[in-house]
Amino acid sequence: MLTSSGHDRMIRCFLWFSGLSVAAILFIIVAYIAIKGLSVVSLDFIMEAPRRAGKEGGISTTIVSTIYLTLVSLCLAVPLGVGSAIYLEEYARRSSRFAGLVNLAAETLAGIPSIVFGLFGFVFFVIYLNLGWSIISGSLTMAIMILPTITRTSQEAILSVPIQYRENSLALGASKWQTVRRVVLPSAVPGIITGIILSIGRAVGETAALILTAGSALGMPGGLFDPARTMSVHLYVLAMEGISMERAYGTAFLIIVLIMVINYLANLSLSRMTNPGRRI
Amino acid sequence: MKNVKLRAEQLQVFYRDFKALHEVDMDVLTNRVTALIGPSGCGKSTFLRSINRLNELIEGTLTGGQIYLDEQPIYHRERDVVELRKQIGMVFQKPSVFPMSIYENVAYGPRIHGVKNRQQLSEVVEKSLKAANLWDEVRDRLNSPAARLSGGQQQRLVIARVLAVEPEVILMDEPASALDPISTSRLEELIGELKKQYTIVIVTHNMQQAARISDYTGFFLNGQLVEFSPTDELFVNPRDKRTEDYITGRFG
Repeated sequence: MLTSSGHDRMIRCFLWFSGLSVAAILFIIVAYIAIKGLSVVSLDFIMEAPRRAGKEGGISTTIVSTIYLTLVSLCLAVPLGVGSAIYLEEYARRSSRFAGLVNLAAETLAGIPSIVFGLFGFVFFVIYLNLGWSIISGSLTMAIMILPTITRTSQEAILSVPIQYRENSLALGASKWQTVRRVVLPSAVPGIITGIILSIGRAVGETAALILTAGSALGMPGGLFDPARTMSVHLYVLAMEGISMERAYGTAFLIIVLIMVINYLANLSLSRMTNPGRRI
Repeated sequence: MKNVKLRAEQLQVFYRDFKALHEVDMDVLTNRVTALIGPSGCGKSTFLRSINRLNELIEGTLTGGQIYLDEQPIYHRERDVVELRKQIGMVFQKPSVFPMSIYENVAYGPRIHGVKNRQQLSEVVEKSLKAANLWDEVRDRLNSPAARLSGGQQQRLVIARVLAVEPEVILMDEPASALDPISTSRLEELIGELKKQYTIVIVTHNMQQAARISDYTGFFLNGQLVEFSPTDELFVNPRDKRTEDYITGRFG
């Protein structure tokens, strides 16, 4: 028979081990990728265009494509996602059928596998709208994929703003929109940014849907209608076609670095924006 | 000749099937403090929030009867509710400062009503903070976050924020209930000064407070206005048995 304090110690031990494994898994993966890939990572690897299908040269075009595609996706998805969240939380009646429908749609969209979005994007944007394999086809598809994440996290962020802020603002004679824009949204920004960071992670990591919609051309994309190969797609092609495992690891390492840089920048802008001394 | 600022006529409020307020008639006089007392859930806050039409924010609220501000009906199709709330400011139970600087909190109202000139804004901010007896305490740190102020200072900041909109009537919903005794007495002092310029309606659960600061008192019970008289009369010579029971502490 275990005493209750012995029981407690066992649980504690298990929970500590759970925590340790989370940290260890991240550390092992990053360390493994760094050991395997760091030998190819250099300034030239970042700055040079790939040659011979990626066997030689760097990965500059895929870095540009990744950033380009992610930014365009965000430009499309953030206004719609935040807008629908504001509608659902601030303007729609609780009992509204339309609001129920929008909520259901956001929930269902979040659960659809990315390859299904890829197929839809391929058939609709690439072929039917004749946009071809391009940044714009990829971004439109990506935007649909991240829309539910942005809507959901924005909704939660808006919901967590105290009702008293709204009451006070309205009682001062502010209109609904003034209240939303000047009091509710600034307080909700941290939560909204969290949703954007999650979305960026998803966009940077996506492969299947992008191969179907943005193609896998290795050139430097000149505009919205050029095809593009993102870093994750490049990593996939390098590994799957046995072009260069070393360069695949190097690319993987830079993807991790890119995500960390984005998170850092997002947090930085977050602390700037939530500085309470700011002007509205 | 009495100078009536607000007149409620047969005012009723429903929250869906629940009748929260039963046919209330009341005259609120200009530059007087009118206190509303009664046990929790008696309808006094509902009455207060119907004066600036804040009840409308709750889905399923239905208001009947009428309230007149300066003889003009406020429940009227053509009444601009934004304009109405400019004229009728409100201080809530829990001081709720916006997550901005002290300066920006006070400038919020004037800004949304279109004041852009910085000089003009600064003047309004200073004047309002002075009127709310807060200027001397915060003049050196107008740009620091309002959330760092104490509870009593926050409540005075909220009052300054209301004053900056230049209202004619100020509604207060248990403004001292979250404050310590010293902050409360400062607030009561402030209310005494403010009534020279403003008409004040205050909900309080504290009968001594109502007796100290108000000129008129209304006693609510179960959604009805049981008695409405000059404060001295109501506390010394209540006409209704229920009022007497309440103020002598027999229930509630």
